[in-house]
Amino acid sequence: MTTTDMTPVTKGGEGPELNKRRRVYKPNTKYVPILATLFLLIVMYSSGVANYRNFDDPSVIVNLFRDNAVLLVVAVGMTFVILTGGIDLSVGAVISLTTILTATLLKADWPPLVVLPAVLLLGALIGAGQGAVIHFFKVEPFIATLAGLFLARGAALTINDESVPIRDDMWREISDYRIVLADGVVTKPIAIIAVLAVLVAAAVLAWTRFGRNVYAIGGNSDSALLMGLPVGRTKIAVYTLSGFCAALGGVLFSINSTSGWALQGNGMELDAIAACVIGGVLLTGGSGFVWGTLLGVLVTGLIRTIINFQGDLNAAWSRIIIGVLLFAFIVMQRLVTRKAK
Amino acid sequence: MGEQSPVLEMTGIRKVFPGVVALDGVDFRLFPGEVHALMGENGAGKSTLIKTLTGVYEIDGGEIKLGGVPVRISGPLQAQQAGVSTVYQEVNLCTNLSVAENIFIGREPRRFGKIQWGKMRRRAAELLARLDLDLDVSAPLSSYSLAIQQMVAIARAIDIEARVLILDEPTSSLDTAEVAQLFRIMRRLKESGVAILFVSHFLDQIYEISDRLTILRNGQLISEHRVEELTQVQLVEKMIGKELAALEDLEDKAQSNRERAAEAKPILEAKGLGRTGAIAPYNLTIHQGEVVGLAGLLGSGRTELARLLFGADKADSGELWVDGKKTTLRDPQAAMKHRIAFSSENRRTEGIIGELSVRENIILALQAARGWTRPIPRKKQDEIVDKYIKALQIRPADPERPVRNLSGGNQQKVLLARWLITEPRLLIIDEPTRGIDVGAKAEIQRLVAELSDGGMAVLFVSAELEEVLRLSHKIAVLRDRRLVEELENTADVDADRIMQTIASGATS
Amino acid sequence: MTTIFKNRLFWPALILVVMLGINAFTSNQFITIKDGHLFGSLIDILRGSAPLILVALGMTLVIATGGIDLSVGSVMAISGAVACLLISDLDNQNSLSGVFIAIGAAILVSLAAGLWNGTLVAVVGIQPIIATLILMVAGRGLAQLFTEGQIINVQSGPYSALASGFFLTLPIALLIAAAAVGLTVLLTRRTALGLLLESVGGSPTASRLAGIGARRITIMTYVVAGAFAGLAGLIASADIKSADSISAGNLIELDAILAVVIGGTALIGGRFSIIGTVLGAVIIQTLRVTVVAIGIPAEANLLFKSVVVVALCLSQSPEFRAKVFGRFKSRPAAEKVGVPA
Repeated sequence: MTTTDMTPVTKGGEGPELNKRRRVYKPNTKYVPILATLFLLIVMYSSGVANYRNFDDPSVIVNLFRDNAVLLVVAVGMTFVILTGGIDLSVGAVISLTTILTATLLKADWPPLVVLPAVLLLGALIGAGQGAVIHFFKVEPFIATLAGLFLARGAALTINDESVPIRDDMWREISDYRIVLADGVVTKPIAIIAVLAVLVAAAVLAWTRFGRNVYAIGGNSDSALLMGLPVGRTKIAVYTLSGFCAALGGVLFSINSTSGWALQGNGMELDAIAACVIGGVLLTGGSGFVWGTLLGVLVTGLIRTIINFQGDLNAAWSRIIIGVLLFAFIVMQRLVTRKAK
Repeated sequence: MGEQSPVLEMTGIRKVFPGVVALDGVDFRLFPGEVHALMGENGAGKSTLIKTLTGVYEIDGGEIKLGGVPVRISGPLQAQQAGVSTVYQEVNLCTNLSVAENIFIGREPRRFGKIQWGKMRRRAAELLARLDLDLDVSAPLSSYSLAIQQMVAIARAIDIEARVLILDEPTSSLDTAEVAQLFRIMRRLKESGVAILFVSHFLDQIYEISDRLTILRNGQLISEHRVEELTQVQLVEKMIGKELAALEDLEDKAQSNRERAAEAKPILEAKGLGRTGAIAPYNLTIHQGEVVGLAGLLGSGRTELARLLFGADKADSGELWVDGKKTTLRDPQAAMKHRIAFSSENRRTEGIIGELSVRENIILALQAARGWTRPIPRKKQDEIVDKYIKALQIRPADPERPVRNLSGGNQQKVLLARWLITEPRLLIIDEPTRGIDVGAKAEIQRLVAELSDGGMAVLFVSAELEEVLRLSHKIAVLRDRRLVEELENTADVDADRIMQTIASGATS
Repeated sequence: MTTIFKNRLFWPALILVVMLGINAFTSNQFITIKDGHLFGSLIDILRGSAPLILVALGMTLVIATGGIDLSVGSVMAISGAVACLLISDLDNQNSLSGVFIAIGAAILVSLAAGLWNGTLVAVVGIQPIIATLILMVAGRGLAQLFTEGQIINVQSGPYSALASGFFLTLPIALLIAAAAVGLTVLLTRRTALGLLLESVGGSPTASRLAGIGARRITIMTYVVAGAFAGLAGLIASADIKSADSISAGNLIELDAILAVVIGGTALIGGRFSIIGTVLGAVIIQTLRVTVVAIGIPAEANLLFKSVVVVALCLSQSPEFRAKVFGRFKSRPAAEKVGVPA
């Protein structure tokens, strides 16, 4: 007759109780990626300060916001989409369309206060259309927004395939306007708008039902539906938001360069996705923060700044370094989530 | 409970899917303050009926009245607003959100549009306290076990001020203590006047908690009873519409089977085999022609133990001997080389490939073993597949049909066929009879007995003690991720004896 | 099953026939024999679609396993850069052995790129879309680094023959593509590879437990995708007799994915159709040529493409069919059951 096993069994109420509050991983894992990005940013900045003259000038940081204002705005919209587990490939093309359309309309002497809301509305409409196709017809986001990319870029090229300068007074004034933050530290309105976009987005995600629904859908959209959440409306809304952000990015672009060009913002969707990933937003949806995206944008911007300071480096290096960073962060995310399992 | 007016009254409900009449003139009523069990085999129409009530499907005929008023439920949200809340078998919550959010999302307390997190957490904690749960409400739901997630789902459902609470197989993944806790909560809700529609495959639970039951078969209403009017045997007869002879037949067969040759040689020996966090080191020997049953509650390590023997997970301590030779199983492929087969408890996610045909699913393991360079000739495939469709009575007998269109029982048979054609010496089957109808269950049990007669060793994992007792020569009992006792299945061993071990963890 | 499958390819095939019809009508030489070679717009279309066919073939296998490869465009750029770099260093650029070595080296590098992707996906366990994003971003940087940001021109007869040469009256590029198609069909349908791929794509966990070495199979698909992309990169660079690491294969991943989807393979993996993919690739190329042929500016090509994408995706979306054609058409196999009033 065979009998049993080795080690003595623990007695007492520990058994079933153990089941009751079984912790799988520590709750703060969701902050790990964002803290890592912050750490990286600090290390990069410190090494920049240590290696290059004038790197400690506050304007280095302030200029990061100015130079990456468009990317920041677009990445904020992308963050919403990615949080729902989707993706928006059309943002770069919507930027192109917005800049060329803005320039063309202004050239045709449309009043700027009509042009501005019109192009923003157009961006939102393109986004809403994509969202509707994704939700109602269950077309994959990748494909639906790919169609949006072709459509917007095609429309932009059809309008004009050459660069169109903007001579409108309002545009020029905003473009030339400088905001003095401190002695010798100035920035442009577009940077302020980008920062505002981040603040508004962070508040929406943390404190509104819409924001929480975005996370719920990214976590499990079937469950969200059964919990009675407005899944369809929310999905369409995030693509609308992303389209709007892209159009806003396009407007900022047109202000910054006082011109419109149908190839402007080409590939921006990639940069935005990369910034989100580096900022710890999980591409599977449901996890991440706008703050992370902000840090991701700053990291990619700082890489370019450092390469500029270095001077003798091939611009190709910025792509390679961003690739390496992507690799490092993705592997890290993978390790964190694997531990969670 | 007097004869009040029903809170829910469904009359002549009809639901048609292309090719199938899922519900045909079904009546169903639910009174406040009762637990009403909805009974039926798989495919009887239980889940369809529930889904028409929760707004997932729209009915093609009939009428639904809530509190005497005819309603049209067009979606989950409308159902909730009408006071019908549902907790599904697969917990439908968002595990990435916090416990508090899962309870309140969609109804968060707000001021000027801003969610009041503090208030939400407080209310969540209060609500959970009413269910005797003490959780960290700001922790993500994923940090809690499935059982707790289920309780959270119930907390969400009752906060909606539900008049009707539907519990669709809530107990299938709970252990005894958790079931007891759930029942406590159900009784409390019942007292407060909530009408509960309860679905479960466990007859004992039905009899323990329900006041009334409604039986469906093939999309039709069979009858409605008060629980005490009907014995379990009568209930089962009404559910399957045939006598239980099939099961009893098997009982005799297995009894004789237990007198197997004692000198059979061991196929597999685990010596202190274990995996941190999954299963403590254990010893287990499996002989040729022997059926070894694994008994224990959910989460006791049954599945984890079995997975180590197939290389589905890697052991991090101990040794495994196959045919008297020490070996390590790095992955399932290695186990298959020793002709060990494993059929997972998660039929849908770890068993079938839904999109592929029955034929492709059946030949998959054999093909994998041969490697991609040596395809099985189509003619040979058809032969094998036809043979097993006949032998296991897989319905419908169409080898080219996508396997996801088959019922649970038939999918299980496809999986068994997949492994049988690899001619294993040791077949590990984890919960092969869970969630399938009584008829298919008996067939699978009979098959296991036959296989062991033919000399195959079987490691049989099941949550149902009766089943383990009926089939096994030897039973290994697990508790808290430990193998605590191994005993020969002699005449004096019964369910009480094993339950005692599971409950106390005592060794004999 | 077969009827549904035929249905899926019916519309794409019809569209192709119509577009080819337009071409036959508008071009003065649709197909003819000149100097012992086949000539005409049909041949041009087929020849021009060779790189896309190659890339899309690899993509089909990757997608069948439930993956995606965004890096194919970058791999094309790398492969072209490596080949042109080696050829430009040759004393005699027309040396057959030198060109072969260069081609071999480029293919080898492409295989390595595929292996990298496959390893990240199958061994490290990173989501395919992210894993290949890394090489997509960094790969083009690498190509730029190889060419030092310059466009490398080569004057090599044997090399340009890859794109413009003829063999047995047929363009060599087309023959290469045809050989690749034949090889892939043979590899997947004459062996059990196709079944195992579809199984892995259908359910990776179930496949593992059925004893399928999913890891090796998955890596293999990425390696094949890399090799085919490399080959496509060689043809593309031979066509323009230079390596342009910025525009080579730009956005081709989108076209390739589109070709796969048009061909009826679902992006979530599982069942795949190689013939469908080839059809998809030829449609995309035909569209490009047709738009120009009927006198529409080339810029509008993208607009047309978006229309095609939308039309095809909607025609394949069961939800759309159900809404537009009513539910009787959505499941042709099922018998009708009378519904009483």
